[in-house]
This record gives sequence, structure tokens and C-alpha cells, in this order.
Amino acid sequence: MSIGLEQFLIISIILFCIGLLGVVVRRNLIVMFMGLELMLNAANLALVSFSHYRDNLDGQILVFFIITVAAAEVAVGLALIVALYRKRQATDVNELTSMKM
Amino acid sequence: MQDALFYIFSVLTLLCGILVVFNPFSRNPVTSAMFLVLTIISMSGLFVLLNAFFLAAVQILVYAGSVIVLFLFVIMLLDVKEEEKRQLQKFGTFMGLISVIGLAAIIISTTHQAFTIANQSEASTIKKTFNQSGSAETKPLGKLLFTEYVLPFEIISLLLLVAMLGCILLSKRQEPKEGIK
Repeated sequence: MSIGLEQFLIISIILFCIGLLGVVVRRNLIVMFMGLELMLNAANLALVSFSHYRDNLDGQILVFFIITVAAAEVAVGLALIVALYRKRQATDVNELTSMKM
Repeated sequence: MQDALFYIFSVLTLLCGILVVFNPFSRNPVTSAMFLVLTIISMSGLFVLLNAFFLAAVQILVYAGSVIVLFLFVIMLLDVKEEEKRQLQKFGTFMGLISVIGLAAIIISTTHQAFTIANQSEASTIKKTFNQSGSAETKPLGKLLFTEYVLPFEIISLLLLVAMLGCILLSKRQEPKEGIK
């Protein structure tokens, strides 16, 4: 069986679901963030495989922008986590339930 | 050969992805970050198989190079000893597993159905086989990036500047204000 677009899309879907599972199940903020990264990467894989199988480079441009935005998002998100940890001494979402700082 | 590489890289990607989220041996976020590096690297192998050489290099540079370093620094700043003792909640894990597997089943079956329909019609523009064009695609990518997509490119640089300022502002240690007790 030759490897077609469908196989790549299935890999990307499974990877997305693993990331989603990480966000839903794990309670540590940092590991939840890693789950978000996995989900973004799954979307990247889907876009690159579409771009290859359709012979259209727009998908790769979009992936380039997604990688940049993801890097910025990680930087800001981790800065927020550090600021939160300074105030509350916790990274577990079950302990961060009150809105008052 | 390429088929074998596809299977190797995809199995590695999925395996390391699962180990990022559920590691049966350790709860330590550092281990998760290390497996995230492996996931990223095997995924860039998949990018190379898809002829996206530039993106494979960018993926390794940006993710394995800087994002993971950022994660590790933050993990070092925080106290991760507590996390190792903490157990997953049984009920929440179970319900999450069921709902995510259901979602995966729905999306995969829909995709499969769409491909069955597309393969029956002759007019489909999707290439059937893998790696038909063997040419390097970096040069046309650069041309496209600096002609048609030059405005988004500049906006992205502005976004990076804003993110940098935001990080500095957020992670600055706040001095206790005078006058307010």
C-alpha cells in the first residue's frame, strides 16, 4: 500500500487527540502547555501534507507563521505561569481556583 | 524505502507524544519536555519525507532549540517535586480518555469516508502517490514568502516584538509600591 494523504492525516489526527488528552487529563500547567504544543504540531503536519499532495506552497507558508506564533505564545504563556507561581506558589490547576490574587 | 521511513517516523512521533502526556515511569515535567523534543525531531523527519526541508530545519531550530529551553528554564524556576507525588484522578482520566477516543473515531471515520468518495471520482486533483516531485521546494517558498506574503511576514515580526515586551513586563519582579501598605 502506498502512503497517501490519508495516512498522514490519520497520524496528524491521532497526534492532535494525544495533545487534547494531555490538556484534559493532566493537571500541571506546564504539561498542559506541552499538550497545546502537540496539538499545534499536529495541525502543522496536516497543513504540510496537504501542501505536498496538492502541489501548493501556501500551506507551508501558513505552517511557517504558525511556528512563529507558537513560539511567541509559549514565551508569553510561560511568563504568565512564572508570574502566577510567584504569587501563589502552585502550578496545579486544582489549587488555582480563586480569581483573587 | 520511503514507506518504511514513514512508518518509522510516525510510530516514533506517536509513541513519544504519548510519553509526553502519560509517562508510566515518572511524573516529572522534565521527562515530558525531553519526550517533546523527540516528538518534534521525528515530526521534522516526516516533514523531510514531504519535501518540506526548510520547515523541517525551522521546526528543529525553533522547537527543539528555543521552546524546549524555555520550558526547561521555567521548570527549573518552579518547584516540581510536588508533581511527582501527585496521582491522576481516576474518574477524570477515564472520562477524558473516553471523550478523546470518541472524537478521534469520529474525525478518522469522516476522513476515511471523504477519501473513499474522492478516490471514486476521477476529477480529484490530489496526488495518489507519495514523493512524485523530487525537487527541493525551498527556493519557491522563499520567493512566495517575500512577494505575496510579505505583509504577514512583517506583521509577524511586530508580533514577536510585542511578545518579547509582554514577557519582560510579566516576568519583572514587582516592587512593593510606596504609600500603599
